[in-house]
Amino acid sequence: MLDADEAEVAAAIEDLEDAGIIQGYQAIVDWRAAEDQRVRAEVELNVALDRETNYADIAERLAQFPEVVSLQLVSGDFDFLMRAEGSSMQEVSQFISDKVAPVPEVTQTVTHYVMNTYKERGESFETDTDDDRLSVSP
Amino acid sequence: MTTEQFTSAFETADRVESVPPSGIRRFFELAEEADDVISLGVGEPDFAAPWAAREAAIDALERGRTSYTTNRGRKELRQRIAENAARRYDLAYDPDAEIIVTTGVSEALDLAARAHINPGDQVAVPEPTYVSYPPTIVFADGEPLAVPTAQDEFKLTREALEAAGAQDADALLYCYPNNPTGAIMTESDLEPIAAFAREHDLLVFADEIYADLTYGEEHTSIATLPGMRERTIVFNGFSKAYAMTGLRLGYAMGPEDAIAAMNKVHQYTMLSAPTTAQEAAIEALETCDDTVEEMVSRYDRRRQFVLSRLEELGLSCFEAKGAFYVFPEVPTDDAEAFAEDLLTEAGVAVVPGGVFGEAGEGHVRMSYATGLDELKAAFDRIEAFL
Repeated sequence: MLDADEAEVAAAIEDLEDAGIIQGYQAIVDWRAAEDQRVRAEVELNVALDRETNYADIAERLAQFPEVVSLQLVSGDFDFLMRAEGSSMQEVSQFISDKVAPVPEVTQTVTHYVMNTYKERGESFETDTDDDRLSVSP
Repeated sequence: MTTEQFTSAFETADRVESVPPSGIRRFFELAEEADDVISLGVGEPDFAAPWAAREAAIDALERGRTSYTTNRGRKELRQRIAENAARRYDLAYDPDAEIIVTTGVSEALDLAARAHINPGDQVAVPEPTYVSYPPTIVFADGEPLAVPTAQDEFKLTREALEAAGAQDADALLYCYPNNPTGAIMTESDLEPIAAFAREHDLLVFADEIYADLTYGEEHTSIATLPGMRERTIVFNGFSKAYAMTGLRLGYAMGPEDAIAAMNKVHQYTMLSAPTTAQEAAIEALETCDDTVEEMVSRYDRRRQFVLSRLEELGLSCFEAKGAFYVFPEVPTDDAEAFAEDLLTEAGVAVVPGGVFGEAGEGHVRMSYATGLDELKAAFDRIEAFL
């Protein structure tokens, strides 16, 4: 595809990793197809800042939790968009109420549980792959 | 409603009666009856048409564009077809006079045959052949002349044409990249065929529907060779490259008088090709190059997988470089029995080569227009079956 040999591609990837441009590799998982349960919540967070505390300080504190899989500062009606995951809805709920809401700077949380995923990082999760072609054709 | 028994007054015309029923049909019925079949017998892409093309069709319907188009197809579409042919295949055709849009390549071939074949004219057809060619010729009162190609990895050669007596034929009708074998014809392969056609004054009907599906080799159209444009009609369409089989849209490009004669038949029998499909095709040519490229690279991965599995299983097969078919030899004399056993005992559907003419005997057609996972499962089953 790139018309480059294997060693060239490997070296280029290593350079990107060393420069911190490539931060990691992860599988894209369709949890509906897996035996294990996985619950995901997209959480809107509003925070209050003061002279000693900026967004980065709050982010650093929240990002420590292993349940937090992504955390982004966003424009609009709220400040942070946080994605949290756990093995049950109860676990995720407890995490939000026990760990996130009590953080002093956090003034409001709005939790959206993900009900279905259709596409993730460019990959479509096909719901129905029925082949409606004639089974043998010229 | 009457329940009275009656005998139909209809008697099938001789030219229709003379054509045997398609051998594909029987395998289709067998495959439909069996449970849990993985089919390598499908002659169409497993992708859906590119989303942009589908959206253009939906948009056209929503806007109520449901009337006829001009006989030859929408001017904008013919212009894009001409641009595409120039850009990709180095072919120069005038969209106003030398291109006609048809209901699939099937209609275009029928038009070409009816417009240019006189009763008793001979049309040379490389064999194995796409199942529709001989009947299309017969329905136009012509006579198909089989040109067996098995000895040269299913490429058409001058020697094969001579051996079959094609020097006395009036026309040559072929499909390369080929269905059912996957063989392609490179420029140097085509040169002696072009010379033969010029020397013996043969018209050439070149079905290039798989032109975009070649692997490691660029497609060459015979119409680009010296002295060939005036005696060639090139057929192409949207079914294979753009995965639009069910939208039924093809086209033919050729000398002005040839296209005019075809248009005469077309305007009385078809009027115009489907309007919605034409809208989708305009969009496909305008924006879907990337999707085609992506499909081609996926076919190629599957092709390489299939070829390597065939080799592992000891099923002899030449390296097919076009379309989405391979045409391996089977380890028994009777390919039809092999295919039937493979279907009923192992649940894998393939098409026995004899369906595509005598020259296909001893082989089966396998299509890799099927997902890689299914191909893997199919070859595991074939391995266990062998």
